[in-house]
Order: sequence, then C-alpha cells, then structure tokens
Amino acid sequence: MSFINYSSREINCKIVYYGPGLCGKTTNLQYIYNKTNPDLKGKMISLATETERTLFFDFLPLALGQIRGFKTRFHLYTVPGQVFYDASRKLILKGVDGVVFVADSQIERMEANLESMDNLKINLQEQGYELEKVPFIIQYNKRDLPNAAPLEEMRRSLNPGGVEDYEACATVGKGVFETLKATAKGVLTDLKKLGR
Amino acid sequence: MMDTQLVMYDEDYRKILAVIQRLVRDANAKGIFVVDKNGQLIAEAGEVRGIDTTSLASLTAGSIAATGGLAKIIGEEDFPVHFHQGQRDNLHITLVAGRMILVVIFDDRSSLGLVRLRVKKAGAELARIFEEIQKKAENPESAGAGASPFAEITDDDIDNLFSD
Repeated sequence: MSFINYSSREINCKIVYYGPGLCGKTTNLQYIYNKTNPDLKGKMISLATETERTLFFDFLPLALGQIRGFKTRFHLYTVPGQVFYDASRKLILKGVDGVVFVADSQIERMEANLESMDNLKINLQEQGYELEKVPFIIQYNKRDLPNAAPLEEMRRSLNPGGVEDYEACATVGKGVFETLKATAKGVLTDLKKLGR
Repeated sequence: MMDTQLVMYDEDYRKILAVIQRLVRDANAKGIFVVDKNGQLIAEAGEVRGIDTTSLASLTAGSIAATGGLAKIIGEEDFPVHFHQGQRDNLHITLVAGRMILVVIFDDRSSLGLVRLRVKKAGAELARIFEEIQKKAENPESAGAGASPFAEITDDDIDNLFSD
C-alpha cells in the first residue's frame, strides 16, 4: 500500500525481501547500499542477533528519481528467515507493495525454500493480500555454488506460475539490481493501474 | 481486509502540521512526528534537525507492530500508549485512530504528565483529520480529488528511472 504525498510530491513504496534463513536477503540489501550514490540512500538499519542473523528486519530507504513530478522513494525491508521468527515476518509484510522471494540455490536448501514460499503465501493471506496480485519477483541466489540445483528444477518447484525471475550471486552483486529494478517496475505499474 | 492506499493532499498536510506545531508549544516538546503504521513519515514539527527521520519512522512502526503482537499474546487488542525514558530525552508514542502514530520527543523542560495531557487533545484532533483523509481515499471523486497523476504514467517514464 503505497503512500502518495501531494504536499511533498513524493510516492513512497515498500518492497519486502522474503526467503529462508541464510538465503542472502540481507546480502542483497547490503550490496544495494554499498553501490548506491550517497545522495540517493538513507541509513541502512539492521536489527540482528549477535551472530548477525536478522532478528526483526533490515531497512534501507532508496530514492529512485522523479516520475511525473513526484519523487519516488522505495523502502526496502528484509524479514528474518528462520522458521521461528514468524511473528516478526508477519508484521513486516504489513502495507507491502512488492515482494522479492530470494531462493537459496543449494540443493539441500530446496525444502527450506518451499517451506518459506508456503509461509509467504499464508502470511500474505493473513494481511488480506494474494501473492498473485502483488508485484512479485523470484531471485535464485547463490548460482555460483557447486551444489546449486539446476535452474529448471528450481523453476518447476518454486515458480509454477511463471513470474519474472532472475539468477543471482548476491555476494558479488550479480542479479541484485536486476531483481530490484524488476520489482520497482512492477510496483509502479501497479500504481498506474490503481490510478485508473 | 486490505488497507486502502494512503493519499495525502496539501490541505490535509497543513491541518496535521498545524495540530502538531501547536502541540510542540503546548507540551513544551522538543520535536513531534506523525508516522503511518506502515513506517512512512507523514509530518514533523519542532527541533528535528539532525534526526534521521526516515529511520525514526520505520523503527517506530516496527516497535508499535511488535508491541501490538505482545498485546495480543496477553489478550489485549493493542497498547495505545508507549513511554521510553532516556538520560536526557524521552519518547512518548501514541496510536491515533488505529492507523497513525504520534511520537513526541521531550526533555526535562517538560514532564510526562503535561505531555500525556496535551497529547490526548491533539490526538483526538488528529484522529478527526485522519478520518477525513480515509473518507477521501475511499471516495476520490466525491472529494473532488480528480484523476490520479499516475494513471498517465507510461512505460517510458518507468524505464527512465532506471536509465543510469
């Protein structure tokens, strides 16, 4: 649910990075943060445990430039991946405008990917959203690892609906901006539809 | 039920600003913020320079969401009032109209009692303004808001954002 402010002529949108524990959600945000011009970004906040696992969320505000005289601002959030942090995940999905699902390509994480995808659907439903109606992009992360599952197999199990998807290696930045751009585009296109 | 999109026009913003500017004076507060429950900053007043307002907004919303979760665990609907005491500065946080969050920063030039008293009145005024905003969002035509400027967005406009 974007926030349109006519007074400051800004559109604010919320994008949430979802996915199983250690799949690279925070790494995506860190890469974006490191590669973005300081004028365009705010402070990145990480509410993490002592072992640097996300406890509540990571948050990164980004400005993307003007559209029809309005500044576009995107608030990027990650959720904690571990199964037991479900309460935090639900809260962060409130008011979401676009979702990125970061899948861990390692073959032994396939079950965790599927579990997280199911959890995403359930939690969105609880907020009154349907995954099919929210701008949604899938990222297959860690493609560089030797134990990565074949892309076709991942698509079959995680993306039966055929939404836009990207291969990535977030530690070196491959696919990170492509994923973000596709999601931001989806969110803005949705805004256009809402505008009638 | 999905929330309707939040749209704030200049006149709404001015009304909100007038209420919180008065609250800064009446409550002897340092600074005041109005934040949407989803973490968007709506308005600010007082001595707010040097404060990272975007972070403040998202963390306030996160904190309200987390304590709301706590409330439900013990059988409460919500905790509408929060108070955080610091060495110098304190935070008084109130949920307004179930959707907006009013954040008051104050130091020893004021007191918790005074802030609570003044926030009660200002909160009621803000609640009325938010109700109007909500009504307009549900009925954009009757509010005379006109067509959304985003109906005209082209694919090129969107592509241009990313042409770096």
